[in-house]
Amino acid sequence: MTVSPDFRRSGARSAPRFPDVDAVISALRAEDYIAERDLATAIYLSLSMGKPIFLEGEPGVGKTEVAKALARCLGSELIRLQCYEGLDVSTAVYEWNYRRQLLHLRGLEAAGGGDARTAVDDVFSSDFLLERPLLRAVRQSRRGEAPPVLLIDELDRADEEFEAYLLEILADFQITIPEIGTVAAETPPVAVVTSNRTREVHDALKRRCLYHWIDFPDYEKEVQIVLRRVPEAPEHFAAEIVRLVQALREEDLFKQPGVAETLDWTNALIALDQETLSDDILRDTLGVLLKYQDDLDKIDDEAVCRLLRKSQSPGD
Amino acid sequence: MTEGAAAAAARGHLLRNIVLFGRLLRVGSLDVTPTQLRDWVAALELVDLARKGDVKAAARAVLVSRRRDLPWFNKAFELFWQARDPRELEQLELGLMIQRRTERTKRAAIQKLARGDSDASDDRADDRENTARTQLYSAREALRQKDFAQLEGEELDEIKRLMATMRWQLETRRTRRLRPDRHGHRLDLRRTLRRSLTQGGEMVDLVRRGRKHRRRPLVLLCDISGSMEPYSRLLLHFIYAVSHPRSADPGISRVEAFAFGTRLTRLTRELAERDVDRALQAAAHRIEDWGGGTRTGDALREFNFTWSRRLLGQGAAVLIISDGWDRGDIDLLGYEMERLHRSCHRLIWLNPLLGSADYQPLTRGIVAALPHVDDFLPVHNLASLEQLGDLLASL
Repeated sequence: MTVSPDFRRSGARSAPRFPDVDAVISALRAEDYIAERDLATAIYLSLSMGKPIFLEGEPGVGKTEVAKALARCLGSELIRLQCYEGLDVSTAVYEWNYRRQLLHLRGLEAAGGGDARTAVDDVFSSDFLLERPLLRAVRQSRRGEAPPVLLIDELDRADEEFEAYLLEILADFQITIPEIGTVAAETPPVAVVTSNRTREVHDALKRRCLYHWIDFPDYEKEVQIVLRRVPEAPEHFAAEIVRLVQALREEDLFKQPGVAETLDWTNALIALDQETLSDDILRDTLGVLLKYQDDLDKIDDEAVCRLLRKSQSPGD
Repeated sequence: MTEGAAAAAARGHLLRNIVLFGRLLRVGSLDVTPTQLRDWVAALELVDLARKGDVKAAARAVLVSRRRDLPWFNKAFELFWQARDPRELEQLELGLMIQRRTERTKRAAIQKLARGDSDASDDRADDRENTARTQLYSAREALRQKDFAQLEGEELDEIKRLMATMRWQLETRRTRRLRPDRHGHRLDLRRTLRRSLTQGGEMVDLVRRGRKHRRRPLVLLCDISGSMEPYSRLLLHFIYAVSHPRSADPGISRVEAFAFGTRLTRLTRELAERDVDRALQAAAHRIEDWGGGTRTGDALREFNFTWSRRLLGQGAAVLIISDGWDRGDIDLLGYEMERLHRSCHRLIWLNPLLGSADYQPLTRGIVAALPHVDDFLPVHNLASLEQLGDLLASL
């Protein structure tokens, strides 16, 4: 569980809604996220209908990035819940601050008591409650601020028990704490759920969301992404890099490089003061693009030549 | 007013089309719920109806929740978009239904083909003698020991019945989820504190939590090529029995089934059907390479690339059922076996030929695969299945 520190809180009282799909595209673009039109449509619907959006796709196609860009362009806080096996209520929703509770009880005792009943009420009040991402998201949308963007990242890593719990939360954004009562969101937070498909997420959960499969971007879009995210890269070089990565994706690989890898590689090449691709530099930096030994073995000298040829012919 | 009526008529027309579209999707086994349809209607009011791409993206976002449903969705959407007259869509659906019926007859034909009397080959005759030698004391016991390839008529039904009553249980795995446990290693501060309040704030009892245990998932890969012919039908029965637990406590957390010959076919969905006969029929229909050659390496490669990351996550055990006769690339087989072995908890190879006393694992496929296998077991009669059951429970 991490609460992302890089949020920007706006003074706006209500979330700026988008009039149409084009507005979503341009708002995301302003935040350096180049979205395909169908993704933008799904986001637009999710915002207008108040439904969570469920994003699936290969690792590194920018699923998490959607939530971040969305938070920035809505001017709302990004609350991130990273999933893992065994994730439970005390790390995802809330926890009592036991240390403070104990100190408080001892303090009461030292001061000569008070009766047990009020001590219990004292200790189980919101002063002693530690907010975790889900509760925080629900409460945040209560304080009259722009509803936060709740990113539930890599849900496939969590187990079925947590998924079942999440089903309940996503349905009505309402959390019951036995000792305090029910906390409900006034306006539902903008929920973004992502999955890498290391496990099939249950249909019931997907049905409650708007589903979108993010594919690898096409050539033009990927060049735009590179130019946006790595402004230091000259246009012709970005084009060359993207052509090579796209050619690499057509090779018979166990794990195709994602957009994240393209960006890492571009940054790496810029850091190495390269302005064009050569077979030496490709061989030396291939580890940035390919993360499996099998795949690295597969790209031998002959493959390197083939890939470079493809990257240097814009007509392809 | 007439204008309003016309608009209302157009709207009614659209709604009718939407409902028909929903039905069209269900034909392609997309489970579209009425709520989803209602949401879609709501979504249509938000997008520009003149933009086909937007309408399609909206429909996809609301109605599709699995990637594998996309091709059918795309087809259905094209029909929906083209249909300007509601009756046209209705007719289209009817057309599809008819097409579906012919598919059903095709399925029956395939089934017949798959069921066709296969002559036992020579080495099977040896097996027969072997089992004949091991005649045992009771009819039931004899049946337990009888090679699947020699079962006929009533015996076959009896074996299927016995298979269905077997209880399958997979060993458990310690998960990272915590649950109340008297002997657990962690302190449950929340409960401890709550309890202490009933004792005036003194922590008399410490409440503990420990790791939760969970059954492992199981992946079955069954060879249905020509050389497996005498066994494959019964083995599919076996796979069906494993994927349908009889008691409330499923002994296995999740079962995924695949068949392979020259290609890999996922059967999980087909076998999920409640009725045995219909499930097996659907499975047989899906398998296009039934009774053909074997290219285990290619099939495993497809499994590793497309499925392993999605299915082998929670400490899964993998069962490969094959006689190891392989006409494919043997190096590839060894390579992919190694990869598979690395990514699962336990890799078990079941070989029906192992039941005969004079069988030696010398075929090229087996030689390449054996170094990467944790267990190598026979699967030729009911007794061997029971043995397998014991192994699975104690991995």
